[in-house]
Amino acid sequence: MRYLPLNDAERQQMMQVIGVDTIDGLFTDVPKNALNADIDLPDHKGEFEVERILGKMAAKNRSAGEGGFFVGGGAYKHHIPATVDHIIQRSEFLTSYTPYQPEIAQGTLQYLFEFQTQVAALTGMDVANASMYDGSTGCAEAALMARRVTKRKRVVISGGLHPHYASVTRTNSELIGDEVVLGPMDPHASEDLTDLIDDKTSCVIVQTPDVFGNVRDLTPIAEAAHEKGVLLIAVVTEIMSLGAIKSPGSMGADIVVGEGQSIGNGLNFGGPYVGLFATKQKYVRAMPGRLCGETVDADGKRGFVLTLSTREQHIRRDKATSNICTNSGLCCLAFTVHMTLLGEAGLRKLAMLNHETACKTATALSSLDGVELVNNGFFNEFTVKLSKPAKQVVDALAEKNILGGIPASRLLPDDRDADNLLIIAATECVSDEDIAAYKAALEEVL
Amino acid sequence: MSMNNQGRPTNISDAPQIDAALSVNKSFTGNKALQIEESLIFEIGDFNGTGVDIPDLQGVPTRLGGLERNDVIGLPGLAEPETMRHFVRLSQKNYAIDMGPFPLGSCTMKHNPRLNEKMARLPGFGDLHPLQPETSVQGALELIDTLAHWLKELTGMPAVAMSPKAGAHGELCGMMAIKAAIDAKGEGETRKRVLAPESAHGTNPATAAQCGFKVDSIPADDTGRVDLEAFRAKLGPDVAGIMVTNPNTCGLFERDIRAIADAVHEVGGYFYCDGANFNAIAGKVRPGDLGIDAMHINLHKTFSTPHGGGGPGSGPTVLSEALAPYAPIPFVVNDGNGFRLVETRAAAAETKKSEGVDSFGRMTAFHGQMGMFVRALAYMLSHGADGIRQAAEDAVLNANYVQTRLRKEMTTAFDGYCMHEALFDDVFLKGTGVETIDFAKAMIDEGYHPMTMYFPLVVHGAMLIEPTESESKRELDLFCDALLSLAVKAKSGTQTQMFKAAPVHAPFRRLDETGAARKPVLRWQAEQDSKAAE
Repeated sequence: MRYLPLNDAERQQMMQVIGVDTIDGLFTDVPKNALNADIDLPDHKGEFEVERILGKMAAKNRSAGEGGFFVGGGAYKHHIPATVDHIIQRSEFLTSYTPYQPEIAQGTLQYLFEFQTQVAALTGMDVANASMYDGSTGCAEAALMARRVTKRKRVVISGGLHPHYASVTRTNSELIGDEVVLGPMDPHASEDLTDLIDDKTSCVIVQTPDVFGNVRDLTPIAEAAHEKGVLLIAVVTEIMSLGAIKSPGSMGADIVVGEGQSIGNGLNFGGPYVGLFATKQKYVRAMPGRLCGETVDADGKRGFVLTLSTREQHIRRDKATSNICTNSGLCCLAFTVHMTLLGEAGLRKLAMLNHETACKTATALSSLDGVELVNNGFFNEFTVKLSKPAKQVVDALAEKNILGGIPASRLLPDDRDADNLLIIAATECVSDEDIAAYKAALEEVL
Repeated sequence: MSMNNQGRPTNISDAPQIDAALSVNKSFTGNKALQIEESLIFEIGDFNGTGVDIPDLQGVPTRLGGLERNDVIGLPGLAEPETMRHFVRLSQKNYAIDMGPFPLGSCTMKHNPRLNEKMARLPGFGDLHPLQPETSVQGALELIDTLAHWLKELTGMPAVAMSPKAGAHGELCGMMAIKAAIDAKGEGETRKRVLAPESAHGTNPATAAQCGFKVDSIPADDTGRVDLEAFRAKLGPDVAGIMVTNPNTCGLFERDIRAIADAVHEVGGYFYCDGANFNAIAGKVRPGDLGIDAMHINLHKTFSTPHGGGGPGSGPTVLSEALAPYAPIPFVVNDGNGFRLVETRAAAAETKKSEGVDSFGRMTAFHGQMGMFVRALAYMLSHGADGIRQAAEDAVLNANYVQTRLRKEMTTAFDGYCMHEALFDDVFLKGTGVETIDFAKAMIDEGYHPMTMYFPLVVHGAMLIEPTESESKRELDLFCDALLSLAVKAKSGTQTQMFKAAPVHAPFRRLDETGAARKPVLRWQAEQDSKAAE
């Protein structure tokens, strides 16, 4: 087997040194009738055979790059520079471990420090951690953090939050007996959450741009929340948007969580992604997840280490801020490399290109009969109300090789008002030809 | 045995000054030949620089709702060659499994085949959106279903939840299922106690606490395993379950595992098995034959998806018949008309199977770590059932070989054979002035990544060595020779200064972790900003 360096002669020699006759002599603690169970799986295969099997499965899928593609909803198709994938595949990054020995892990530690700084700047916050699993788990952790900070047990969620994020948050908060109040579906961003929050509320969770694509001004809800001692958790599922619209930090957010996939990371059918988590300096010690900090070595040279680990499970055990034990290391690196290539100038221009593409798409589609644009302000994603159920339309478009968006009913299966809503994303990867083809196909389908 | 609750010592203040001979001849640049100093991107780039070319805008009127961003964000950009050089220089300050042995016990640093990377990057997997129509992702759902089949077959368990994003997330999945099962029986208010050995990973008690349970520690016996009598004495009607790692964190198989399972089931509790060390027994022993109710599998350990400097991981969690109804959504079913994703409780009920009918809910936005699934399945198909078994045997053989050879100069905490990792204590260093951390740092100068140190907590000055099956005999012999020579040096008592100063050949000397925590600097700030902040 090509991954195993030992040969049988060496195995025999080693068993002799150890003093056992057979390999099972090392497994004597295993109950006898449980050892060497029959496993009904095929035997080993060569590299080309494995490629054939997996290649066949991959070929059954319609990848995003194969044609018109307008699907968003918390994961976005962006172009990733070739440099990014080269760097994350370097052995020293790909095959290293959590930087527990900082003297021989400064590569990882320095990019984590750069990542934290980039995320803090982008979100307009004081500090960011070294990432969470993804945006949705970060959102759930933010609610738990607000509980620790405020010592309150009531979570209020905007009707504009991605329904899957709301579900994940609910799963985690209700588990420990907290009350979760979810606002009704809000495609027009017209809800008023101030009535829902009270002095027993730990946090209010609001997404911008929201799941329907609306860009939201968080300033009024931030003020209302702070008046009652409630933390505002801002969620950003399209992090590219922060190159074009005001940062949640500048609008008064206390914790910002985001999905960083759009920068440097592919769609990957939902994972791995990179959760962004940023907050104010005063809440640092209540944060979940790994943090990288600056220090010096014994010669006084600047270096970096994992720090404030007394919050974490390996030291604090059942008193830890979270059970989280990994971050999304390599995805952070992809984010940081891509963001370094973009820089502020590139990010702003790319964000505006996204916005322009979405504006053109919205104009083209909403000129059709039976297509009504729902949003006022949006970034690269918007919602239209169709004259037919959106699921039916999306399936018909798929047959014409256009992946036209997400039927809101897929995210909100219990809400009949969602049936005719279609959520459409248009990034820099969408061409003018794609828009024209979408318009023509939609006209036929409706 | 006394617990070490301090973690590892981090103070560098008693590190002696480096030998003068090593400090002279400092280069003008500070570089040391192939070791190149590298500044932060914030010190190199400026806010106008960029390494991407983007077409000019057409001037379409904006519709941002009056919320345009006008502040300076603070993100420097570098041209492509500068970017490449920056990150390549950083990479050269990292140790990696591709460079040499990485014997971190409990972490399983094995070879990461590049075939897996290639497969994960096929557009049919890598460039696929999680919310595309099901008809357009049949091959992806088939891959998830196939991997699930392999995991169920290897563990002998009837169900598996694929969505947990990492090992600790898988633990959370298992404990949430246990909580849901207890609540369903109406015992949520009375069953609040979870038992966990003192030697457990920190994630076990942290996970139990995150589910609202109270954690009760069980001591280890003299052989490094769960103290069966102490465990039985703690059982009662308020016990929700037990969390046991097997093989455990001392590298030993819990030989009473069936008795533990029976006893906890007898009082109405559940058995969570921490599968972090499944790599020692994969293909040899099916945890399902041992009476467990739930176990997470670290795809990044046992099935070799790369650790990537700390993630991403992936933690599918196998579940028993008793827990399967509470499995998280979404999950994949094959109902004869192709593969479907079950995304709601109502849809789960329609499948007419037990899985997920009383789901505790959703753990993550999408369907789990697909990129890791592809890599893990590529690894499994390559190994096959025969290769997976051989890999476990080689891992155990390598660990025992290292243990046997090192016992000549070093001391093990427990007698007998080990499984996939060998646990040493610091008794052999007693009176030498050299501590575990010094011994570990001296390994760096020999070109090795140190073993796991100061874990598990039940052993004083613990050194946990896991060679994995990826090491050749030749590599292991050199490794053992190097460690034996270090042990002899340490015990001579004449070279303590060398140990205290180590490492001296690494890109950095010991870093001040205490200082970093005392006054945390967690982001770069321009000089005038950081002065203003003070």
